[in-house]
Amino acid sequence: MAKSKKSQSVSVAAPQLISKRDASSRIVGVANTIHQDIVKKNARPRMRFPIRSLSNVKYDPKKGHFEILNKMSTRTLSYNTVKTFAQSMRLLATIKRDLLDKNNIAGKREVYYNSKSWGECRFDEQPESDSLLDDMEAMLAVNREQLGFIPEERGGEVTGPLVVIDRQPGSHEEIRINCEKLGTGAWSIPSQVEHLRFESKAKFILVIETASLFQRLVHHRYYETANCILISMSGVPTRACRRFIRRLTDDRKIPVLVFTDGDPYGYCNIYRTLKVGSGQAAHINQFFCVPQAHYLGVTPQDIKEFDLEDATHPLEELDIKRAKDALKNDPFIKHHKEWQAVLNQMIEMGVRIEQQAFAKHGLNFVFETYLPRKLKKGIFLP
Amino acid sequence: MTGNMANANKSTATAESLAKLQRDISVSEFFLKNRHLLGFDNPRKALLTAVKEAVDNSLDACDESGILPEISVDIRQTGDKRFCVAITDNGPGIVRNQVPKIFAKLLYGSKFHRLRMSRGQQGIGISAAGMYGQLTTGTSTVIQSKIKTSKKAHLIEVQIDTRANKPTILKDDELDWFPQFFPTDANGKPKQPITARHGTSVTIEMEAAYIRGKLSVDEYLKQCAIVNPHLQLHYRIRLSGPAPDEDSETSTRKAVPAKTAAGKGDATSAAPQATKSPPLPQPSDEVPWITFARAATTLPKQPTEIKPHPHGIELGILMQMLKDTQGKTLKSALVHDFSRVSDRAAVEIAQRAGLDPKSRPTHIAHRESEALFKAINETKLMRPPTDCLSPIGEEAIMAGLKKEIEADFYTAITRGPEVYRGNPFQIEAGLAYAKPGANADLNAEEPVRILRFANKVPLLYMGGACAINKAITGVNWKSYGLTHPRGSLPVGPMVILVHMASVWVPFTSESKEAIAHYPEIIRETTFALQECGRRLSVYLSRRRRQAEMERKKNYIELYLPHLALGLRQILDLDDRQEKTIISKLHRMLERTHLEE
Repeated sequence: MAKSKKSQSVSVAAPQLISKRDASSRIVGVANTIHQDIVKKNARPRMRFPIRSLSNVKYDPKKGHFEILNKMSTRTLSYNTVKTFAQSMRLLATIKRDLLDKNNIAGKREVYYNSKSWGECRFDEQPESDSLLDDMEAMLAVNREQLGFIPEERGGEVTGPLVVIDRQPGSHEEIRINCEKLGTGAWSIPSQVEHLRFESKAKFILVIETASLFQRLVHHRYYETANCILISMSGVPTRACRRFIRRLTDDRKIPVLVFTDGDPYGYCNIYRTLKVGSGQAAHINQFFCVPQAHYLGVTPQDIKEFDLEDATHPLEELDIKRAKDALKNDPFIKHHKEWQAVLNQMIEMGVRIEQQAFAKHGLNFVFETYLPRKLKKGIFLP
Repeated sequence: MTGNMANANKSTATAESLAKLQRDISVSEFFLKNRHLLGFDNPRKALLTAVKEAVDNSLDACDESGILPEISVDIRQTGDKRFCVAITDNGPGIVRNQVPKIFAKLLYGSKFHRLRMSRGQQGIGISAAGMYGQLTTGTSTVIQSKIKTSKKAHLIEVQIDTRANKPTILKDDELDWFPQFFPTDANGKPKQPITARHGTSVTIEMEAAYIRGKLSVDEYLKQCAIVNPHLQLHYRIRLSGPAPDEDSETSTRKAVPAKTAAGKGDATSAAPQATKSPPLPQPSDEVPWITFARAATTLPKQPTEIKPHPHGIELGILMQMLKDTQGKTLKSALVHDFSRVSDRAAVEIAQRAGLDPKSRPTHIAHRESEALFKAINETKLMRPPTDCLSPIGEEAIMAGLKKEIEADFYTAITRGPEVYRGNPFQIEAGLAYAKPGANADLNAEEPVRILRFANKVPLLYMGGACAINKAITGVNWKSYGLTHPRGSLPVGPMVILVHMASVWVPFTSESKEAIAHYPEIIRETTFALQECGRRLSVYLSRRRRQAEMERKKNYIELYLPHLALGLRQILDLDDRQEKTIISKLHRMLERTHLEE
């Protein structure tokens, strides 16, 4: 195992936990400014948000994650924004009164349904309330879990030589989950991972994109063979999944290796988000990233080395666009020459490859030959 | 009429026997057999035509004498398909001797022989109506007339001798009579009756049918009132049945003779309709009068008479004029009988035709007149004088439209005079646009309503064949904000009014229903309509902006209370503070979106 110096030098504090009272008073502060604008200054009220896109993040290799810059967008009350403005105020009021002050939690979908009692101010579709929630989160500089929102999506699955120490809801009784003794199933990462503690002797963590490959590795008990913790992401990792991996690697001081499909989506969306966070939620990336992560495969070079040219698919227009966008705009890719080389090589070859393609050489080739050979070689992408 | 066309290649005997059948056809006979040419093709149209001819005559007479016209139209159903029509005016009256010829001789009148803008043109109309009544009911035309200078009025009953095209006088009395009118106010309440010092009343009974709608007498009179704002018109129709629907049977009874003379008919066959029983002079069981009130008290400008312009004349008429001229030489004939021919122009014409300007006009032979005709058309001449026309005027059109059509936007334009075939003419156009749904008569989903006028006379029939409709269809109304299916009339809650004033309106037939498609006329009409359209589009876009602003205002009003409620809940504000937020925001946003 080659350990990158970079990953070791990174030390990130635990997410700054703000209390419910703090969050509540931040809401009051925002509302107060708006109220003063209207009543005292006689000016149209404004809300200011950090811009949530790749154009407003910077990759800081020292810190190891995307950091939000200070580009702000301003939403001034006008004919066009009056509905969103009204919805924002009602949403903030609901968060403050019903979640924070009453110490309650709610799902994003419940927020959407809750708005149905707001008359003409209601959200028509859930994406509307989701995106407004993201806005509020960014404006208040807190994450939604701290406001009392629980994400709907599942957080990923874990199997391997790991004991997770959790507490029973309500009784707070300590409970030990042995992720090696889960039969044919796996342990699901909960939405709140801050309180978990870990015991493990594993040498590294292997994070896998697809659930089916994860299950095959579990079936063949690859975690025993390689003495690693297996985690499946099922696509772009959720915040909880990223946070869980981060806490685990911080706690156990073991490296993280990522194994995805060999395509621009796997590189630039799945891996990059796991490692340095997303452009969308840049204000909270410092907690939801895994700077220790390294990329194992599948690389374009692997296609050649493992004789997989005839198991590829031609790049689609969207793939090429995504790769070119990343080369041009993604601060992470722009920082790493290795990644630029990978993407350029892929565009040149004009093909992409799936994790399952190794089945060309036999169903077990992937864990009998490919993974051991890569691990032995120990050269990974940053 | 076949006899006229006898061929020479038949044997002598046949030609002689044919000769026995060959005789003059009187104009009256001709029109009797071709009554559709005069607008009497069906009973419904006959009623309208009779009213129209009489009203046109009354208006022309009043306008020429400088009298503010007061006209009453009284229609009474006397049988299943029989109506008695009485039209009374306050015109100058007609001297006794002229009465029979005017009302019972076709092609007699003052209007045909001169080029002057007037409603009637040929002198056929009213006598044709009398002839039609006589033909269908056997009754005579009854005329009462009083002129200013005589104490007594005349009552004359005439019929037309169709063979000879001559009047037959059946009754000729003197009596005490004054035209009387029964005005009502806007709510239908009777006002003080008006008695005129002079005037004429004509009563004709005829086979006819009455149906309400676009082609009815009602519509005609309404349009009359629109283009003649100085006219005060009183109208009533007394029906024997309640519903003026399409008649099913044709049982023409000749039982009820026509006796009514004045507009105030006897009450024998009063309609069973309920009336408001007004206390004033009307019989209590009568249908009340409707008054189209006068909107302007100034008389329209008097049109002046002009001589024909050489460029508008046909060869045959040229030959006739050369024969009839008072001029001793060709030059003087050209100069004096035509407009816009100077001495120099006359000499130029004569030279071009290879004729001596001093030659006697009556001696110019057929071939020479053809050369003359050609020379006239090749010579450049000044355009005919155009000050002879009397347009309605933009203000009067607007007043008329406002008076009779409920709408939100009115505009009118009077174009400058132009010339077609040597005849001066002038086009006027007006628009009345109602908010969709505001006027039940103007459906936003249906084609626009078109009011066509020629020399201030409404044209109801044959719109499809008229130059006005062609011009309206040709304008691109889409660019003015209306729906306009290709090749048809535009769609919208709108009335389009077009008036053509001319010393000679080129109708497609003697029944004067459609204007012929002269390119000059269509072009002028198009220009007038385009100007109206531009003004309409300004109005429509302003209205759209207002509606948009209203919509935005409502939208804002919908959400501001929620914004304030949110703030109130977060900051624990009280009622007063919440209200302050709403009113302040309201003012701020109103200011900004008004500026936008």
